[in-house]
Amino acid sequence: MSTVDTQRAYKQADYKSDIKPIWCPGCGDYHVLMSFTRAFAQLGLPPEQIAVISGIGCSSRIPAYTNCYGFHGVHGRSLALAAGLKVTRPDLTVVVASGDGDGYSIGGNHFLHACRRNVDMTYVVMDNHIYGMTKGQPSPTTEPEFDTALSPGGTKVRPFHPLVVALASGANFIARCFSGEPNETAAVLVEAIKHPGFSFVEILSPCVTFRPDEKAWKDLVHPAPVAATTDPGKAARRIMTDDGFNIGILYRGNRTPFQPAVGAINIDLSELEKDFEL
Amino acid sequence: MSKTAGNPKISNLNDLLAVAYQVEIDAVDRYNVLADQMETHNNPELVKVFRDLARAEGIHGEEIRRLAGDFDVAAHARDIAKFGRADSPEEADLGAAHYLMTPWHALQLSLAGEERALAYFTSIVETAKDPKVKALAAELVEEEAEHVSLVHRLLRRYPKPDDSWADDLDPPVSQE
Repeated sequence: MSTVDTQRAYKQADYKSDIKPIWCPGCGDYHVLMSFTRAFAQLGLPPEQIAVISGIGCSSRIPAYTNCYGFHGVHGRSLALAAGLKVTRPDLTVVVASGDGDGYSIGGNHFLHACRRNVDMTYVVMDNHIYGMTKGQPSPTTEPEFDTALSPGGTKVRPFHPLVVALASGANFIARCFSGEPNETAAVLVEAIKHPGFSFVEILSPCVTFRPDEKAWKDLVHPAPVAATTDPGKAARRIMTDDGFNIGILYRGNRTPFQPAVGAINIDLSELEKDFEL
Repeated sequence: MSKTAGNPKISNLNDLLAVAYQVEIDAVDRYNVLADQMETHNNPELVKVFRDLARAEGIHGEEIRRLAGDFDVAAHARDIAKFGRADSPEEADLGAAHYLMTPWHALQLSLAGEERALAYFTSIVETAKDPKVKALAAELVEEEAEHVSLVHRLLRRYPKPDDSWADDLDPPVSQE
């Protein structure tokens, strides 16, 4: 995490840009944006010390709506961009935003290796179990029976379990939030950003346009009944057997983050070019 | 889970003033977010309704600030007025917004917020030990009750729309 500015009390408005979001009214992503700015203000981080990196999709529009540095990258490649940024600029607080399509399908392989590599950054996936921006195709977390004109009879394919995958792949902090609880989500984001290594926060964020049934999530979510564990075995059992609506920090690991020494390799580029001369 | 879990602790008059101020300011922010959404989605009638609601809540906030005199109610609010898991009582439910919503829907959101605020300040009257806190909370209850009546009166102008209000023969494909 970057250095906290103790001389100034930041407000949420300090992290908001002048661009008005174009998400559908009712979209959970509005709440997530609110949680981002609340968390940044609570941490007291100067906006210019934060980089918000994203891929493609509704959720990935979020960098434009913040006043921080941002990069709206290539579909599914936000983690690669963010990891590159963090290892070269470890002084920055890097937060990556994605959705279930961008993060688990197109960017699925990057997800595995980002967890494994354990670079000190926070990965937030706004999961609405659908591709919203492209009109409602099933995503990796869509329920197998979800029956629409685009998936007649449902896909019948077992959904991806991101938290289990994150744990198995080496993520150092795992949490699940609900967008409709922006205060709680902000508190979890604060912890995720402060925790060293790769922090993964899945936020259940309803798509009111293509999944109006997800409005019911607000009645289904509940706080995780037990505190976060540092034992990956216990965490695996809990995450594998929960109902998918347990909210809170579920796992805090203690792996050492990956951070190569910046500038440690001092090579004259002209010398390097000689090695590749034909 | 209790939606009132994590409400700010009210120990004295200044705490109550700060919380009451923050309740109004949160409502202002939320109505402005909704107005922005309606602006983006070309629903000008709702833009006006939400901006008017934001303006009204802003006036209430200023009244509380004046009542606090020299005490910096905004700074104290930043320190203590945190509402745990739940939204601040008067914040309209963002999840209930819809691009085709009507003034009736907006006023329903407003009514729900005013009723939550009424219940919140009533709970302070019932539990406060400090007589000054109890007295101010009772005043706030009266004000919120007036606001509830006002929204009911406004609702007479806007009848409930029929069930087809959200029908759209050309629904949003992409927000680009």
